[in-house]
Order: sequence, then structure tokens, then C-alpha cells
Amino acid sequence: MKVGSPQFKEKVVVALADPNLRDALGQSRKGFVNGRAALVAGVPEFEAMRDEARDLKNHVLANLDHYLERFEASVTAAGGQVHWAADSEDARRIILGICQRVEARVITKGKSMVSEEIGLNDALEAQGYQVVETDLGEYIIQLAGEPPSHIIAPAIHKTKAQVAELFEAAHGGPRKTSVAELVTEARQVLREKYFQADVGITGGNYLVAETGSSIIVTNEGNGDLTQTLARVHIVTSGIERIVPTLDDVALFLRILARSATGQETETYTTISTGPRRPGDVDGPAEYHVVLVDNGRSKMLGGPFQDMLRCIRCGACMNHCPVYGAVGGHAYGWVYPGPMGAVLTPLFVGLDATRDLPNACTLNGRCESVCPVRIPLPGLLREIRRLQHEQGLRPAGEGRAIGAWRFVAERPRLYQFANRVAARLLNRMGGSAGRIAHLPGGAAWSHLRDLPAPEGQTFLEQWQARKK
Amino acid sequence: MSESRQAILGQIRAALGRGPLGADAAAALDARIAQHTRLGFDGDLIERFIEKFESRAGTVVQLGSLHAVPDAVAAYRRQHGLPARAAVARPLAGLNWPADFAHHPGPAGKDEMLSVTGCLAGIAEIGSVILASGPDSPTTLNFVPDHHLVVLHAGHIVRHFEDAWARLRARPEGLPRTVNIIAGPSRTGDVELTMQLGAHGPRSVQVILVRP
Repeated sequence: MKVGSPQFKEKVVVALADPNLRDALGQSRKGFVNGRAALVAGVPEFEAMRDEARDLKNHVLANLDHYLERFEASVTAAGGQVHWAADSEDARRIILGICQRVEARVITKGKSMVSEEIGLNDALEAQGYQVVETDLGEYIIQLAGEPPSHIIAPAIHKTKAQVAELFEAAHGGPRKTSVAELVTEARQVLREKYFQADVGITGGNYLVAETGSSIIVTNEGNGDLTQTLARVHIVTSGIERIVPTLDDVALFLRILARSATGQETETYTTISTGPRRPGDVDGPAEYHVVLVDNGRSKMLGGPFQDMLRCIRCGACMNHCPVYGAVGGHAYGWVYPGPMGAVLTPLFVGLDATRDLPNACTLNGRCESVCPVRIPLPGLLREIRRLQHEQGLRPAGEGRAIGAWRFVAERPRLYQFANRVAARLLNRMGGSAGRIAHLPGGAAWSHLRDLPAPEGQTFLEQWQARKK
Repeated sequence: MSESRQAILGQIRAALGRGPLGADAAAALDARIAQHTRLGFDGDLIERFIEKFESRAGTVVQLGSLHAVPDAVAAYRRQHGLPARAAVARPLAGLNWPADFAHHPGPAGKDEMLSVTGCLAGIAEIGSVILASGPDSPTTLNFVPDHHLVVLHAGHIVRHFEDAWARLRARPEGLPRTVNIIAGPSRTGDVELTMQLGAHGPRSVQVILVRP
């Protein structure tokens, strides 16, 4: 997928001026944040489960080679096939190869962020395949020609009216007005596609080493129809999504839906193991798993290893004040929000993503809700440090921080400078006590006033009142 | 073995600072079954199952005997105005179905309106049924028809996911191609986060609970 992260600031300006996006993000905040809080309050074991999930992921990462090999052996024993993709190009080549071999024409897809990451749709369409996203949100943004703006609610930025317009253009009129009618229309259109499909591609929430199974968790059932009705089922998944046993899966099932959508469970949890068996009257004749590395193994053993614990629940973005203001498209690539601000620089490079780790207030809400306790603010700070090290920050920023440090390390000088600044700003504030034009901070005071200090520093007031 | 496979495993091992695990270490990992914290809850398993399943827009009817299933299906059909035909999973085909009721064991086609299946177990923890695919339980029956009726024996309700896994592992034929854990009708919140039932799968899922 094309990287739009260098245009972060421009995209933010557009996002902030979009009233539909404001409404949508406000609604999601209410739904997801309150839903999670209410549910978690009713599960006294939840914090212990988060600890266990973190530890389990760390255990998997420490033995990742073994679990991947065991998974491969289990898939093979069940009659399926594992393919290893070192990068996006590799993954696309493998999937195109399968589609060519089975002479596919129509390809249905369940929701898969990895397939977005490897730019699969464009590659398939370029070869003339008809590719149909079947998750309703993904279908909507496919019609709109847009990338997802949230990892679990990809069309969260679209209003009902916008969806109705897209459907009318794609399916013909008359234009629908209710959510129920829109859902029914998509149901009917996509139903035809499931039955026409030659290849069904889904993601994998978990890959189980013990059994060689891939697991998807959905509310709509689209992934199930996709993988059941096509002749060939292809799973795309990151190498870090391995889980040792079904018992370990149970742990994640308990935290995923609660963290993601504020539900006790998603409607469908599906464990797929190999192709159709002798005697089966439905199900795919072939089962393939494409294990995608694409930079993940390079994160192992380094400062960003913790990020490989991510289970893609979206809780971090649901709780992020920056995501809540600008939405997902501003981030410019596949993964938005706090997890995206960490992953995007690591996957596409620090240079193209300079603004992402800096568009963060380090407030820590993401870390406080992450079900696998990824220290997201710490990782973002580490990326900032790398940016500085590689000379990717403006020279003025380094000089300013250097100057601040020089002063801050000398308490007398620091206090003196504070006293001068407090008096100067107080005088500038005048009788209104507000500064409308901040010298050297015009961008900041362009949209708001700075309340002027009272004239004495905190320390001065403290000393005076102590007496 | 593919080049990428070698490259990925090599990169992982380099990052972890070691070569492939020895036989003993690998065997220890393969023997590991971790015990995780489970959801604690008191009270009757069956009542818990019903409460949770109904909380997600599923419905439950209770029967005293498996022989009452055809009547329950007929009542459901009348209630929803459905024609006298359905995909009925093979183990239930021998029940005393009415003469005018046409049924077949699957797979379910595009225009199928109703299916009746059994299930492997019910899970009380979240109120879901678990189905194992096979000739006796084709997966299309769980997803294609608008209405899915699931016959569940009250004695097959287990407490946690792990108890359901034990039932799966106990099957002599091993894991089936597909295990479906189903917690109510299909739904979506993808348009303005408004919850709407019947996105792609069944609009309605009813558990027929056989509780002698």
C-alpha cells in the first residue's frame, strides 16, 4: 500500500475540518471505550489475564522458530500447506501463484490487515482477478476506493448517507435510507459472490502450533462464508500470530472481544484445520497458510520486540486522544493510532513517517488498556530517539532542547530565567491576562490565547507563602 | 525447503542469539499445556448458558425430549412463516418429521431458509454452541440459511472453553476441518456503529435445549 504518512500534517488539517468524521469518532469513543470499561469492571480476573497474555506472548516470541516449525508440521499433517513469505512481494507472488494454478476468477476476502499490509488487492486486480471484500466495513471502503481507517471498524469514518450513496452507485437504486436496508442489500450482493468464489482469502487471529489450525473471530460470519464456499482457502497471517495450544487460545478469546469492541465475545470463533475431509459435503478442497514476516523477525531481540505481542484489537486507538481527533486516514498507512505510530516507522522507514511518533502526547491511555501490556508510549519515545540519532529532526529542535537542557541543569540560572519570563509574559498579557500573539509561537497562538502568568514564579509564591 | 523459510527462521534465531532448539527443549515445549486464569462464575451452568446466549439476541426453547424437536421446528416455522423444508443434519434425520416436511442433509444452498443441526457442546462461560464439521454437520448449515436451529443436550453444556477443547481432543478422528463456536445471530456494527442482525450469516439462531 502507498505510504501517505509524509503528508500527516496536511491530512490532519483535512480530518479536523470534516464534521462527519468528528461525529463518527465521537460515537466510536462512546461505544468502544464505555463498552470496554463496563465489561472489564465485571471481570475481576481481567488484570491477571492481561499479565498472562503478555507472558504467553513473550514465551512464544522466545521460541518463535520452534512454534512456527511445529505449526508447519501440524498443518501439513492435516493436509494443508504452509508458505513462508519474507516480505510483501514474496507474499503477493505466493498468493498470485496459487490463484493462477487453480484458474481462479472471483476471489472473496474476509478482513485481513496483513493483506492490506502486503498490498494484495491491487496485485490481484492488476492480474485481472475480481476481488471482493466481504466484511461490510471493508466492502464499503473498497467501493469508496479508500484504505481502512480503523483496524476493526474499517469504515468508521463513513456516514449512513455516504454508504447509501456508494451502494446506489455500485448496485443501482433506489437509494436506501436505513441501516437495516443497507445491510440487507450488502448481504444479498455478497451472498452471490461467496457462491461464485474460486478462492477465499482470510486473515488469521491465531495460528495454533499444536493443531495446525488458523482461527478467525468475526461478528458477521463473512469470513466463514468466504472460506467455506470457495474451492481454495488461503490464510494470510503474520509470523507473530502463533499460539502454542488451544488452551492458550482460550486466554486470548477472553481478552480480545472485551478489549476490542466491548463485547463479551464476538459472534463467531472459527477454528480451521486443513482442507475438506473425506465424506465432507462442503468446505474448501485446498487449505494454504501464508506466513508473512515482512520485517517482523527483525523486530525480535531489539528495542521493539514488545510490539510483536500486539493482537490487533484496536483498544489503543479507541482510547487515543490523537486518533480520536484525527481518525485513521491521517496516519497514512495500514495501521493507525498508537500501534500504527510504532509499526509504520518500523515497516516503511523512519524517514517517511517523521510526524507519527511525535503526534503523541505520551498520556499513556493506550498502554493502560493494551491487553498484552505493550509499553506503547515508551516505544514511541524510542522511535523519537532514533529519529534524533539519525538526524531526522529539524536542527532547530535539537538546538532548542540543548539550550533548555543547559539552563535546566543550572537551577539558579533556570529560576532566574523563569522569573524574567514570568514578568515579561505577565506584562504582555496586560489587563486581560491573555496573550493573543506569542512571539516565536505564532502557530500555537494562531487559534488560541495563552493565559498570562501571574508575574511571580511558582517557587517565588511558594517561598512567600511558606513564611 | 524454500529460501524464505530458511531466511525467516535464520533471522529469528540470529535475533534470539541461538541455533535451533535441542530435542529435549523442543519436547518440553511440545508437552506444555499452560493453565490460564479462567472466568470465575457461580450458579447453575444451564441457567448461565441460557442467560448469556439470550443476551446476544439468540433464543432458547426447552424440551423434555429429543422426540419433541420436530414439533419445536414446526412451531418455529409457523412463527416465522417459513416453508416446510430445511437442511437437517444427518443425526436428526431419523426423528419423526411430519410427512409434508422436506429435508436433506446438506450442504445448504444459496436459497436455503432454515437449517436444523446438533452440536458438540454448549459453553456456559459466554453462552455459545460449538459445532464440529463433518458429514453429520456440514458447515454451510451454520452460515447460509437465514434461520439456524441448534439442538443441544443440557448435559453437554460445559463450563469453559478448555472443557470444550477436551471434548474436541477426545474425538478419535481428531480435529475436524472446521470448529464453529457460535454466540447468536450474525451481526454488524459497520454502518455508524449501529448494531444490525443478519449481516451475512443467520438472522436468527435458536437453541433447542433438550433437558429431560
